[in-house]
Amino acid sequence: MKVLMFGWEFPPHITGGLGTACFGLTKGLLKHGVDIQFVVPKAYGDESQEAVRIINASDVTVMMNDPVFREYWNQITYMEIGSNLIPYVGPEDFQQMVSENTKTTVEESGRVFSEKFQFSGKYGHDLMEEVARYALVGAAIAANSEFDVIHAHDWLTYSAGVAAKKISGKPLIVHMHATEFDRSGENYNENVYEIERKGMAEADRVITVSNLTRNIVIERYHIDPEKVITVHNAVEPPEHSDLMDVEKKVKEQIVTFLGRITFQKGPEYFIEAACKVLERDKNVRFVMAGTGDLMEKMIRRVAKLKISSHFHFTGFLKGENVDRMFAMSDVYVMPSVSEPFGISPLEAMRSNVPVVISKQSGVAEVLNHVMKVDFWDVDAMADAIYGLLHYKSLNSMVITHGSEEVNNLKWEAASRKIADIYESLV
Amino acid sequence: MRSICLYFQVHQPFRLRTYRFFDIGADHYYYDDYQNRRIVRRIANDCYIPANEVLLALIGEYGSAFKVTFSISGTAIEQFKKYTPEVIESFRRLAKTGNVEFLAETYSHSLVGLTDPEEFKRQVDEHAATIQELFGVTPTAFRNTELVFSNGIAEQVFKMGYKTMLTEGAKQLLGWKSPNYLYFSSPHPRMKILLRNYQLSDDIAFRFSQQSWNEWPLTAEKYVSWLDSVDAKQDLVNIFMDYETIGEHQKAESGIFGFLRAFPEQLIKSQKWTFRTPSEVADELQPVAGIDCPHAISWADEERDLTAWLGNDLQQEAFTTLYKLSKTMSTCTDADLHRDWNYLQASDHFYYMCTKWFSDGDVHQYFTPYGTPYEAFLNYMNVLSDFMIRVKEYAEKAGSDSNAIPSKVETKVETVSIPDPKPNTAKATKTKVKAAADAKETPETKTKKAIKKG
Repeated sequence: MKVLMFGWEFPPHITGGLGTACFGLTKGLLKHGVDIQFVVPKAYGDESQEAVRIINASDVTVMMNDPVFREYWNQITYMEIGSNLIPYVGPEDFQQMVSENTKTTVEESGRVFSEKFQFSGKYGHDLMEEVARYALVGAAIAANSEFDVIHAHDWLTYSAGVAAKKISGKPLIVHMHATEFDRSGENYNENVYEIERKGMAEADRVITVSNLTRNIVIERYHIDPEKVITVHNAVEPPEHSDLMDVEKKVKEQIVTFLGRITFQKGPEYFIEAACKVLERDKNVRFVMAGTGDLMEKMIRRVAKLKISSHFHFTGFLKGENVDRMFAMSDVYVMPSVSEPFGISPLEAMRSNVPVVISKQSGVAEVLNHVMKVDFWDVDAMADAIYGLLHYKSLNSMVITHGSEEVNNLKWEAASRKIADIYESLV
Repeated sequence: MRSICLYFQVHQPFRLRTYRFFDIGADHYYYDDYQNRRIVRRIANDCYIPANEVLLALIGEYGSAFKVTFSISGTAIEQFKKYTPEVIESFRRLAKTGNVEFLAETYSHSLVGLTDPEEFKRQVDEHAATIQELFGVTPTAFRNTELVFSNGIAEQVFKMGYKTMLTEGAKQLLGWKSPNYLYFSSPHPRMKILLRNYQLSDDIAFRFSQQSWNEWPLTAEKYVSWLDSVDAKQDLVNIFMDYETIGEHQKAESGIFGFLRAFPEQLIKSQKWTFRTPSEVADELQPVAGIDCPHAISWADEERDLTAWLGNDLQQEAFTTLYKLSKTMSTCTDADLHRDWNYLQASDHFYYMCTKWFSDGDVHQYFTPYGTPYEAFLNYMNVLSDFMIRVKEYAEKAGSDSNAIPSKVETKVETVSIPDPKPNTAKATKTKVKAAADAKETPETKTKKAIKKG
């Protein structure tokens, strides 16, 4: 089985959960004997990359060590294409970022296609133009490679997938890791919506990362339910077996929010719940780790509630600091308003931290040993936090069964389902 | 003629309202009145009332040839009184026929028999008194909550004066033996035991409307033929199930009411079977052998054990925390506390915390007001935390007011305002306390009276 796969990022250059998911998924597929050609646009300029990283603070995880990575690398054909495609950025932001960075953008051509495409360096400043360019590249690759199916991850790559399908006549699978409604709420971008809808309409199968996403795909994009299949994400086993031993500097218990401080992640509900807990129990500290467009508003809200002495903002955390934050936490809360999947609770659970997650997250569909609340129900959220901090058996059961549960969410199993989908199409 | 014993369990718990940690210490009302009323009224309409009508009609037509047995928990009776008095009336009409036996059980439908013999007895007594008051008969046979049974429980129940008990015909209990005889408890041979035939009971209770079942649809003819095919030497078949089976678990559309009417009719007409109640069975049949049950069994799940209620750490913590209050509550005379103590013991609360369905993926199959067992635990523990505070306050108050617990139930106002005249505990300090009390008596009484007037 040969697969032509279009992504937008891949480790070690990842900005969010998608790269991590693609890595786990392709690694799993290799075990099932699937041969993959992975195509990613290459983003230019260190500054702009940094900017992206900052915006996407929440989901960053690089969970591989070099030997594993290299071995993996040798097994797949990896191609980079010159492109300004930047994940997690909407068309408007993109425009701004590109104009800021034009001067530092250095021309670099894709290794594989440098002979065929002469990149002038004058890449379109419009994200839609980049998507269209990527589609052209996709068509060119499709014309020159041998494969059985096409698999495209998220909207930026859908046009490439569709183009590849048209050239080759091979079946197309598009993979919805997030919808435009998850990213933008009701103020969605119509062009993005249209690319998503068209990609799914043209596809032979649509893979969604949760039933939550599947329902959005069916109801908001009107895609035939018959061809929409949910394959839940999984996690890679922990990188280092010994859990980080972190000395806690404060005697209070710590409750953590870790993610982008944006509408989608529901930070305000975390603050309201914190306030309710603190009214009763001052022996707790709340931490909001991450950054985002709502950060200042959140700081003002905390001040207004007069809980600043027990509520802390860490700013953006990455790498080891993320692990350290988990290791210090007594409860992890993910109050997302809309979360197609949500990998961070799984990471917390792997660190033996009990978690509270919103029912509006896809990951809630695969977890039993967590506290599930509606994101808006701050009473229930506060109650769950309080219970995990005060009722011993609850705490220990959620931790023990939770880590067991997480360790059973293997990419190998998820990839098996995807491999089955491939096979059903050829 | 062979005997068939038909017994129905009637139970409704007081479901708890959503009770948050910030309610602890602030709000002492724990029950979801709306849900409780709604559910009890619905089941009354779908099950209790129409099913009672069918049974009344059977008795009307066949007289003493048809007998039926009920066990109605105290919490169910309280809810009927509150929300559906017509159900009480309906059961009274059944009681008046004299063809109905009412069993004894724990008032709260609790698992107290596993942990506290004194409280166990108190609850059984309270339940028996309630039945006597409502139906004019004192129960003579006993069934424990969820048919939980062991040698130890049999012993406790025997000491309470009951000589007949019902339990599950569990495989681990019977081995190769048949449930279709009267047995006795090996350590207490005078305690007679009726064992549920789970095959024939569950054919109705679980499988009646299951279209995937290869015996579906179950007709009265078919069912009677199964009973007839039971080895002729086996002289007793015990069909025990939840009464809610009729019309609630098995909906009216399934034909369950017709079946309830038809199969007894056919049995009676066949002249091979006679309906008996557990006490009649115990009087008329000879037990064939003893059964030994060192480990508790129940009628639940494949395992027929206690894991549905006490199988995980959540359930264990909730259960042990609750029964730590036994000692104080045994002397408590506060009516509100007593009520909550009863309601919080219902086995249902622990059942809602069961996590073993997770592994089967059958999470939703079981009826629970909670989204997850964790929510059930959280809510219960919040309620229990408040209750513990109140019990503690009561104990402190009782201790400081009189240094003794009043021996009689008094009304709340009296308990609070009048010190008990006869201190009867703390022997060593008795004289001292008495002296102190004597010395203080006049001014203290005055103050209290003043407060009362104000």
